[in-house]
Amino acid sequence: MGGKSYRLGYWLQFLVSHAVLLVYTFIAMFPVFLVAINSFKSRRAIFKTPYTLPNAENWDPVGYETVFKRANFDSYFLNSIVVTVGALALILLFGTMAAHALAEYRFPGNLLLGLYLSLGIMIPIRLGTVSLLRLIVNLKLINTLTALILVYTASGLPLTIFILQQFMRQVPRDLKDAARVDGASEYRIYLMILPLVRPAIGTVMIFNMIPIWNDLWFPLILASSEATKTVTLGAQIFLGQFVQDWNAVLASLALAAIPVVILYLLFSRQLIRGLTAGAVK
Amino acid sequence: MKAIWERRHIFVFLAPAVIVYTVFMIYPLFDSLRLSFYAPGEQGEVFVGLNNYKTLLTADLWAPRLQGAIKNNLVFFLIHMFVQNPIGLLLATLLSSQIVRGRVIFRSLIFTPTVLSFVLVGFIWRLILSPIWGISGDLLAIVGIENQPWLGLEATALPVLSLVSVWQFVGIPMMLFLAALISIPDELIEASRVDGASAWHVFWRIKFPLILPTVGIVSVLTFVGNFNAFDLVYATESELAGPNFSTDLLGTFFYRTFFGVQLQPGNPTMGATIAAVMFLIILTGVLIYMFGWQRRLLKLEIEL
Repeated sequence: MGGKSYRLGYWLQFLVSHAVLLVYTFIAMFPVFLVAINSFKSRRAIFKTPYTLPNAENWDPVGYETVFKRANFDSYFLNSIVVTVGALALILLFGTMAAHALAEYRFPGNLLLGLYLSLGIMIPIRLGTVSLLRLIVNLKLINTLTALILVYTASGLPLTIFILQQFMRQVPRDLKDAARVDGASEYRIYLMILPLVRPAIGTVMIFNMIPIWNDLWFPLILASSEATKTVTLGAQIFLGQFVQDWNAVLASLALAAIPVVILYLLFSRQLIRGLTAGAVK
Repeated sequence: MKAIWERRHIFVFLAPAVIVYTVFMIYPLFDSLRLSFYAPGEQGEVFVGLNNYKTLLTADLWAPRLQGAIKNNLVFFLIHMFVQNPIGLLLATLLSSQIVRGRVIFRSLIFTPTVLSFVLVGFIWRLILSPIWGISGDLLAIVGIENQPWLGLEATALPVLSLVSVWQFVGIPMMLFLAALISIPDELIEASRVDGASAWHVFWRIKFPLILPTVGIVSVLTFVGNFNAFDLVYATESELAGPNFSTDLLGTFFYRTFFGVQLQPGNPTMGATIAAVMFLIILTGVLIYMFGWQRRLLKLEIEL
């Protein structure tokens, strides 16, 4: 066995691995980066020198001015936040309650109810859109944020309950029984368990957040009025109208993407931990 | 009765989730299936049996569109299966290797496109691929490929859009494979290394069989996601799924049919019929996964 050939093999593997990862990282980040830097440049510079960073010479925030003047992006942002936070709050509240009941108590139909609730994990709610639209119209909820919150809550619950149930089963029995001996009510026991499954709650929160924030389908169908537009729908419509105005298009793309990317990079550790923990199952 | 009353907390815990889920998810899904057997009549909707399905499968105006959408959706799915998932596996393998420095940074950056919305991804790529801007031309010149209006040609629009979607979602199989690879006990790998197995051999003979369950999960998630896709095509090619319907997926066909487009008014019952067809396709995929793949894996485990 030659130590030398082993060393050579190691370095070769080292170089190739890093090269592949660097190339792919470039592929993943380059388009986003290019849009971000060009959104601050003059129209001339966008076309003549697309690869240079913004500097004193090519600086021109006209795109952002157009976006703020012509579209209500602040109201779109607010709508997206209300819908996402509202749906997440309901998903977490109803989801932890139901998961607690399924994990903790034995009652007739426990297994069947668990199966019923997990039906929605694989079947996308979009396929029920025709009836959902009628239901929302009949309930007089069309063009309201409430409609979106209810739909996202319903579609987020199955996976949430499924994941939380696995984690809640792992909470030691003794803990709950000791509390019962001390006279704690079942509701107090539920409140006692919540902090113990905090990591799982973080995971399902992030799992649910991204698709709700990014969804185009339901805002388009259930709440497309100017007052209820979300950022995703607002960006889609704005981009469609201003397709010729490169400054405005680049600025609105950067404006819609950058908050999400920053938020993601801040929380990426939790997200990735959640993905890896959920995947082992 | 007293015992039930004493256990009323179970009901309190379950009721909100069950009610919201039943009213806003299960009821619409099944009511939509029911609507696929109805058609607008003089006084409201009337039961027409399998007529809508017959129209969809045989009528001149419908059948070619349905076949086109299914064919395109299949291409869309196959490109994800054979481009996205292998790249995801390759990246995950590299990211699980101890010799790579900065694994967390690579992992986070490569996952970034996955958190963006389809709308942003669609428009970002429309700009990059735009012949007016010429970015794709500059990049392709490096590898010696002539630039084309990729999204505007019937032959290239669908494969290129599929690759854009692959670009966006490669992070998901990567993460799932990474999780599976990390959970393989080190002793197992060490033992085979000591026996003199090469890295290639270790991967295919030891690691890959152990992550087969994840291969199944990734495949079924890809299948369900792809046969339900809509947003990316809508954002880049509008609901008309141009050029000449070459990027039409079941999702865009469904949207056009039930919501209407240009001069064609919406047709809810035909829309429900297309949704039912999508439901059947997705259900078939999920059942094949559950009873075909998982059962075979279970048998394999018992044999070992």
